[in-house]
Amino acid sequence: MKQITGNSNRIGIWRWLMGGRHGFEGYLYVLHRISGVALLLFLSMHVFFTGSRLLGQETWERLMSMTRGPVFVFLEYLVYCAFIFHAFNGVRLILIELGIAVGRPDHPVFPYRGSIHKQRPLMIVLMIVTGILIALGGFDLLRFPH
Amino acid sequence: MNQIKFKIRRYSSATDTAPYWQTFSVETEPGMTVLQGLQQIRERLDATLAWRHSCRMGVCGSCAMIINSEPQLACNTQIQNLSAQMITLEALWNFPVAKDLVPDLMPMFEKHRDIAPYLIRDGGDLPKPGESELRQSPEELNEFLQFSSCIKCGACMAACPTLANDPHFLGPMPLTATHRYNSDSRDTGFSKRKEKMDGHHSIAHCHYAAECTRVCPKGVDPARAIQLMKRDLVLDLFHFSRRSPAQPCDTCATVDHDSLKAPVFTAREKN
Ligand code: HEM
Ligand code: SF4
Ligand code: FES
Repeated sequence: MKQITGNSNRIGIWRWLMGGRHGFEGYLYVLHRISGVALLLFLSMHVFFTGSRLLGQETWERLMSMTRGPVFVFLEYLVYCAFIFHAFNGVRLILIELGIAVGRPDHPVFPYRGSIHKQRPLMIVLMIVTGILIALGGFDLLRFPH
Repeated sequence: MNQIKFKIRRYSSATDTAPYWQTFSVETEPGMTVLQGLQQIRERLDATLAWRHSCRMGVCGSCAMIINSEPQLACNTQIQNLSAQMITLEALWNFPVAKDLVPDLMPMFEKHRDIAPYLIRDGGDLPKPGESELRQSPEELNEFLQFSSCIKCGACMAACPTLANDPHFLGPMPLTATHRYNSDSRDTGFSKRKEKMDGHHSIAHCHYAAECTRVCPKGVDPARAIQLMKRDLVLDLFHFSRRSPAQPCDTCATVDHDSLKAPVFTAREKN
């Protein structure tokens, strides 16, 4: 493969954020990745925290007391949001990537209505469910004091 | 007549160390395309400005560039439809810049060549015209017709967020071409192309951002082609055979080429 060098004009992560105007699905691509990595970070932290029981009762209780502050509860809420979004968007991606939700090949006649339009009702329904669950979780988790 | 600004990212690999921006004033009239604006700049203001075009009617795929942060064909984009006082132009993203608005498309064409973008038949050549033929039903034609409209303009490659971070990712155009041939009932090259779909920088790195489909000026829908190919690959993994390829049809009446002779110039006559 040819080595790609010089003024490559690759826009990298800029493309993910604000380089160009994305379609909605383009932003979901970015969010899915961010939420996936966030969940992975949470999972490793979770294993570390629960594993601290091995270090004895005292360490465990000290760590657990850290997790009761409002900042930690808010971070937990963000993990909850990431999980809900990632799970429901993940279902959409599974249906799309198995070729189920993208429709059959079509005649390209202007105005083009391709796979984006085909999967959009699914996307809208799943994002509404995501929004409702995130709002309900917010009411429940963010009530103080617990 | 209206005045509008063209802000163009200029660069020449021969003389410049880095790209720079230059602004030109263009006189516009209704119906005028971005391409015509560029021609006006070259005629009246700066003869050194470089871009590529040929057909000026959305057929050849030469004039794709970044127009106001969106990969589009300059000849297919009317200035008044952009409803902006300033039009920003750059060479296609994710390609090396050769000069000004001219991208070096070779990385795309090399990937395209690598996926074997032609009909492959197990056990030899395609039947010779006049001897036998491979019959294809309209339904079989529809399986790939959409994906064969690609004009290789590279707009989808500039829009792809995966390619923006991995220059060796095959990208929407070559992946779509792969599915275009895989899904052709006359083709038996699926298992050969499957090797290319394996591993890094390949189809698994598409996560359906669908930016390619959104910007494609020909309605090719690369994102659809790629997902349909993923389905074929999953089915293949579980040994569900794909439809059987078209067989040479010796018994059916072959085409009488003389009877097809119309009073038009055909490529065959030229030879
Ligand atoms: C119901 C639960 C889940 C579902 C349905 C789900 C679904 C998916 C799917 C379909 C993908 C592939 C996306 C694509 O190809 O475009 C994915 C990617 C990913 N998931 Fe999940 N997932 C779930 C839970 C999790 C959890 C708990 C974690 C973390 C421990 C996680 C971490 C990731 C990561 C890091 C990626 C890669 C993201 C990327 O490369 O863009 N997922 N998920
Ligand atoms: S798929 Fe569309 S955007 Fe991509 S190269 Fe072909 S015509 Fe251009
Ligand atoms: S000049 Fe041919 S597509 Fe624009």
